[in-house]
Order: sequence, then C-alpha cells, then structure tokens
Amino acid sequence: MKRFIVKRLGFAVISLFLLSLTIFVFVRVTGDPAVLLVEPGASAADLEAIRQQFGLDRPLWVQYGSFLAHLARGDLGQSFYYKTDVFELYLSRLPSSLLLAAVAMTFSLVIGIPTGVVAAVRVNGWWDSAGKVFALLGLSLPSFWVGLLMILFFSVYLGWLPSSGSGTVWHVLMPAFALGWYFAAAHMRLTRSSMLEVLGSEYVKLARLKGLPEALVIAKHALKNALIPVLTLAGINLVLMINVAVVVETVFAWPGIGRLLYEGIAFRDFPVVQAIVLLGGAMIVAVNLVVDVLYAVIDPRIRYER
Amino acid sequence: MNGSGPAAGSSRAAALTLAWRFASFRSEGFPVLPVLILGVLVLVAVFANVLAPHDPEVGALGDRFRPPAWQEGGTRDHLLGTDHLGRDVLSRLVFGARVSLVVGFMAVIFAGILGTALGILSGYLGGWVDQVIMRVTDAWLALPALTFAIFLAAIVGPSAMNIVIILAAVYWTRYARVIRGEVLSLKERDFVRLAIVAGCSKRTIMRRHILPNVVNSGIVLATLMLGVVIVTEASLSFLGVGVPPPKPAWGLMLADGKKGLMAGYWWLTVLPGTCIMLLVLSANLLGDWLRVKFDPQLRQL
Amino acid sequence: MKLLEVRHLSTHYVSARGARVTRAVDDVSLTVGEGETLGIVGESGSGKTTLALSLLRLLPPAARTVSGEIWFEGEDLLTKSRGEMRRVRGKRIAMILQDPLASLNPLFTVGDQVAEPLRVHEGASRGSAWARARELLRAVRIAAPETRVREYPHQLSGGMRQRIVGAIAISCGPRLLIADEPTTSLDLTIQAQYLQLLRDLQRDRGLAMIFITHNLGIVARMCDHVAVMYAGRLVEAGPVARIFSSAAHPYTQALLESIPRMADGRKRLTAIDGQPPDPVALPPGCAFHPRCPKVLERCRKEAPPEVRVAASHTSRCWLAS
Repeated sequence: MKRFIVKRLGFAVISLFLLSLTIFVFVRVTGDPAVLLVEPGASAADLEAIRQQFGLDRPLWVQYGSFLAHLARGDLGQSFYYKTDVFELYLSRLPSSLLLAAVAMTFSLVIGIPTGVVAAVRVNGWWDSAGKVFALLGLSLPSFWVGLLMILFFSVYLGWLPSSGSGTVWHVLMPAFALGWYFAAAHMRLTRSSMLEVLGSEYVKLARLKGLPEALVIAKHALKNALIPVLTLAGINLVLMINVAVVVETVFAWPGIGRLLYEGIAFRDFPVVQAIVLLGGAMIVAVNLVVDVLYAVIDPRIRYER
Repeated sequence: MNGSGPAAGSSRAAALTLAWRFASFRSEGFPVLPVLILGVLVLVAVFANVLAPHDPEVGALGDRFRPPAWQEGGTRDHLLGTDHLGRDVLSRLVFGARVSLVVGFMAVIFAGILGTALGILSGYLGGWVDQVIMRVTDAWLALPALTFAIFLAAIVGPSAMNIVIILAAVYWTRYARVIRGEVLSLKERDFVRLAIVAGCSKRTIMRRHILPNVVNSGIVLATLMLGVVIVTEASLSFLGVGVPPPKPAWGLMLADGKKGLMAGYWWLTVLPGTCIMLLVLSANLLGDWLRVKFDPQLRQL
Repeated sequence: MKLLEVRHLSTHYVSARGARVTRAVDDVSLTVGEGETLGIVGESGSGKTTLALSLLRLLPPAARTVSGEIWFEGEDLLTKSRGEMRRVRGKRIAMILQDPLASLNPLFTVGDQVAEPLRVHEGASRGSAWARARELLRAVRIAAPETRVREYPHQLSGGMRQRIVGAIAISCGPRLLIADEPTTSLDLTIQAQYLQLLRDLQRDRGLAMIFITHNLGIVARMCDHVAVMYAGRLVEAGPVARIFSSAAHPYTQALLESIPRMADGRKRLTAIDGQPPDPVALPPGCAFHPRCPKVLERCRKEAPPEVRVAASHTSRCWLAS
C-alpha cells in the first residue's frame, strides 16, 4: 500500500509542476507579460517599473524559479482591484463556493443515483428512455442557460425565489440546481451503466439463485458494488464544480470563487485570474490523488493485495 | 411474462417505434431529426447574408426591447424582437449561427488534428515521448476546460481567431488520450506487425497504417466534442471573454439578454439559448449514433 | 413419484426485434429421483446451462420458456408466481455456478453470504444464522471456520471458495442441487477432493443432484443416470452403466470414443468431425446429421423422435427405431 501511495504522490507532484509550468509559460510567452501584471491604464514608465520588479528581463528559467519560490510561500500577488493579498481573497470566497457545490452535489446525487438505478433495473423500459432523454438534456443545456431560465420563471414570473445574492436557503436553491444539472445527468449515466454491469455479474446471479427477494438483491448486493465508481466520480466532480461554477455564480451574483474569477476578468485583475487557475488545477490534482488512495483503502480487494 | 397477441398491438407499437426512431432515442435508428437540424443550421450560417432581414450589428435606439411579432408591441419588421440596442434578434441569431458554427468547427478540427497527431506519436513511439505527452495531457486535463479557456482568453485578449486557438489548445488533450489508447491496441494487430517486418519506416507506418484506422474514432470524437466546444464558447462569450462585440455570438446575446431579464424580456434569453440547445443536442445525438455505428467498443466514451 | 420430472420443456431466445428465435432447449424431458444423480453432458452451446436456468426460472430477459412442465415434488414450477418461485430457489432447489470467485460478492464476508439464505428463508436471527454458517463451513471441510467466516472471498483459495458456494447451496436443506460445471475452474488435484465432498454431502443429506458437465469422466464417477444434449435437444438418456457400454446414439458413441485412453493401442486421438451447429441456423432434420458417421437419407429431412431403446434408455435417432 505504501508503495502505491508514494507512486501516486509522485505523479501528483509532477502534474503540479507541469501545471505551474504551463501557466508560467503561457503568461511569459504570449505577448508582453508586463501588460498583464500591471494595473490597467498604466503608463510606459509603470510598465518599465513592473519589468524591473518582476525581473522580466532575466532568463526564463530564473523567472520560473522565482515564480515557484513565491508559490511555495503562498504568495500569489496582490489584487489590483481589492488591494489585498490574493490568497487571502481566495480563501475568503472559498466557503461560499463550497456551500454552493455541496448543495449542487446533493441535488445531483439525489436526482442522479435513483434515476440511474431505476433505469438499470427497468432497462429499456419507459423509465430508461426517459432517463436517456434526461441525460441528453443534461449534456446539451448549458448550465447558465438553465439558470437564466429559472430566474425568468421563478423570479420574474412567479416571484418565488430571489434572483441574486446569497444569505438564505432560498438564495442557494436556483444556482445549486443550475450547477448540479449537468452533473445529475452525468451521475445518472454512470450509475446506470455501473448498475447494469453489476446486475449482469455472477454474484448477483447467485444471489437470485439463493432465492433472495429482488429488492434485497438490488439494494444489498448490487447497489454497494455499483456505487463505487459513482461516488468516486462524485468526489472528483465536487471539486470540479467549484471551479466551473464561474458562469452560474456570475448569473446569480453568488459571492464565490467563480464570481471572483469573473471580476478578475472584468476588472483586468490578472493576479486574481492566475491564482484561481493555479489553485483550481492544484485542487483537482489533489482530489484525484485523495480519491485514488481512498479507493485503495476502501475496496478490500486492493487493500489486502498490497 | 405475459404478452398480448402479436397482431393486436402491433400497429400501435410500429407507430411508436417509428416515432422513437425518428427522434433517435433508440440507438439503431438513423438520427433524421438531428441531422436535419444541423443541416438547417449550416445552411442558415452559410446563407446568413441572404436570410437575415437586418444588419445584425446596427440598431435603432428608438426600437429597443421590442417583443417578438406575435406579442403585443411587436412588429412584422422584427419577427423575433429587438435587443437593448434596437438590433434585430432574428438577424443576430442568423449571423450568430455562422459565428458559433465556424468557431465550433474550426476549434474541433484543430483540436482533432493536434490531438490525433500527438496521440499517434505518443501511442506508437512509446518511451519518453509517450511519457512526456501523457504527463502534459494529465496536467492539462486537471485544469477544467472552462477555467483554462478563461485564463488563456484573459492573456491573449478576445478575438474570434484567438477563441478558436484557445479552444483547440484546451480540448486536444481529450483526443490525445483516446487516440493513444486506440493506437496502443492497433500496434498489436497483425497488419502493423507485417509492416514492421517488411521494413517500413516508423513514419510510414504511422501515416499509412495507423492513421486511417483512427480516423473513425477521431470523427466520432469530433462530433461529440462539438457540443462541448460550443457550450464552452457560449460560456466564454457570456462572460465577455469570447467573441467580442458587436459580432453576434449566441453567448453574447445571452449576456445582453440578462440585462432585460428582470424586466421580463424573455425572448432575449430564451431564443439564443434555444439555438444553442438545438445545435448541441443535434451534435450529441449524431455523435452518439456515430459512436454506436462505427465501433461498439467506443461506448466507453 | 420422482422428485423432478421435466416434460417437453422448450426454452427459446428471442432477438430484440422478434426476428430470430433460437431454440436453446427443445422438447427436453427427463427425470431425477430422490437421492439420485443425473449427469447432463454436452458441448458448449448445447443448452445445458439454459436448461438449468429454466428449471429455476431465472432466464435472462431475452429468453422464455415457451412450453412444457416442470414437476418438482408434485408441483408444476412453471405455474408458480414469482414470489412462490423465489421461495423455491435456494431452499428447495439450489444451484452451484462454475466460477466461485465471480459467484461471491467481493464486498461482503464469507460468513455474511452463507448466513444470508438462512436469514431470508428461515427467518433466522443474526446470531443463530452465523452459528449455523460456521457449522456449514465445517460441513464442507473448511478448516478453522471461526476465522474463515469473517474473511472476504478474495482471501480464500479457489477450492475453498467453491466449498463456500457449496455451503451456501446446502444451507437451507434443499432436496435438489444443480451443479453447473463446478469443477471446471478448479485445479485437477482439488477437483477430486471436491467431487468427493459433493458425494458425501449428497449421501448425508439425501440430496438429488443434477451435474452439468462436458467431462464424461466425472459422469462415470458421480452419476447414476446421464442425459446427452446436442443443439438444445436431448439425444440420449439412460443409466450410466448402460450408456457407457452400449450407447445408441452416434453422438454419444463419438463422445465416448474421443476419450483418450492410456491402455489403448491407438496412436491418434479421435475427434468428432465438424463443429457444433450455430443455434440460430440449425440444419434441417436431425441436428447432428452433418457430422454423423452413420447418417441416413431420412436423417437429413426429418427430425427423429425419442425412442425407447430399453427399459429406461431412450435415444433420439432414426437408427434406434
């Protein structure tokens, strides 16, 4: 087991390196980086000053080294707009995004898993076809459009729910649904295919041969096995949700990381944009690592083999 | 299991089956409707100049926020209403089709070429080439596509061509992964081995034996990616880092439409979104059908 | 009255659009008495497993039993409701599958899986079910059952896993055990031990067995009667001794010929010419005729009926009538 963890850790570290390298290269290499690193509306003298400050005239690998050094210290720069440390800014907005993602994930699992299970159990029936339609719509309707439509319907026409901001449970419902929409379809698809595979397995056949009631066969024997890949995906998706919520958060003016990214673009606040991308990528690498390790811990087959 | 007599429900069943097949929710039927929709959209995009009744980028401020013709306050002149600058919605939708399709197709093609090439190299050559390409792919796949695209757009600035390049840069990794997998299994096939024994150079083998065999998967993947790319482009435009105004991109129309949303100007949101939905839905259905048709093994995608 | 009497059972697979019908089991009749062992022999695709699943009415969705009767302990199983059939499975008729690793749920302990049928069929409490599970493990000759009971399937060897499957099968005291190639995935040395175990269990508990296999050697050791299947039909059936000494059907004869024997002076192995037929496109007349060394003109056109060759020996062949 230890060797496995170390190996996975190694891969994660390499990925993080490559990530930072990619970000670094793209910034330095496309056009004049000084323009990005400076406040909008700066003069030529300011640009020169920035070049000095960031050492943009030094060789690239030296710059990269200093870049990494800053990262290691947790120094991601200062926000032009908010005039505070970017990392602190990020951390202050993170809880909101986590909340939104958590609610959205709950939606997506509560809708996705049962639908997938029923679709598999009644495969090729009406429910399954309805499920396929749902899956298709989930993929094809952009989440922000779903959000906009919900605002139109629930805020403008019906006046039930607030269209922006946060603070009460009513505020989170629509953005969470819009965000969770796509993932509900993805989770449903995976649950269905995983369940179908399990239902065709020999041990389910034996369970039926034992004369167990079908409900028990499904709930005990099939479900636990089928949910392994689904929950794995859900874990990864949770982190993904935080990062792709940018459009939904913008539509609903939800004060999370996504909205911060939007502000970063709108106000040309480059340090913020760079930080969010870096941290987003790092988060995903981290969660992939954790999930892989947890998988090894939970599944008794892998656990005992190491 | 019970069953009514074969004759009894057969005509009803046949009608239903036909309906299902038409809408292509059953994987066997040729997806007539999606292909039709895609065809119409392509035609609209190509003949936009002819079809659009007005200039999509110019509007009369006195004509702002007109609802569609069938609602009160609408006029025949602007069948689908006008936006916040008095521009004709129908014309903008029509030209928007051109923008979305051009950007979408080009991005998918570029991503496909790059991804396929790297996938073949990585899969066939193996060794450190494979390791390097795979590590980079893994790292890039860790970045959510939208975030990565936003980041790149923030750096290089928005323009239609830039968006195409950005989208290609973000999405090639998905191709590379899949194609590499295919190549790995192709490598073990006899005709490749025969070519090696016959002394063909690596480049020749990759070009003449491997490439034609992965083209199928490439096409299926491209069709499936089209939907994703278009949604990403719409998202970018919505956020203001996509195709720059005044060009009529559907995503941009949605962003503008938000301004009128609270006042109930529904057509500015519902109509562009429906267009996006139709395009993506059709591409996805077509892609699904192609996937089943070309290679059942690709069902993992 | 026999324990199990199958009369003219037919099970068909229907393709999704109803276009193709495969007669996986075609007009099969057989009987099994109390405590007896019937061997069902045939090549892959002959319909043996479908026959077994038909008896338990656990067919895949594409398959349906279209005609026949299955009389078990005086009741026709085909007329039972789903709930009633469920109470038959595991409790009155049990089945062992071929691959023991795949048969056991990897996420649950061995004890849980053995205790399960007891809890479901007999309403046993957790404590007593686990106690009986330990007993059952002992009955199938697994050493140190107290510790084994808490382990997971992948921690046990192949032979032990198959014994666990056996323990599950006998847990509720069934009258009939169907074993579908239970030794095929076991090592040769383990096979003999396992077969001996089955024999002993059978004797101790008065179990009747249906032993599905392609291995005639096992049939010779384990079975009282044997039924030979080809392309979904029962081509010959009778007591083992009689069949082995005077088989009436050319297919059975060919099978017996093809067993390699050390004592024989023959240098070459004999095999049966040709391939088993595609179940979807069976040849007309007798299904075996393209490969039959004694084929007659009649065989090509008409399918032979079942003919009684001797007291309890039947053969489906024109030569016999």
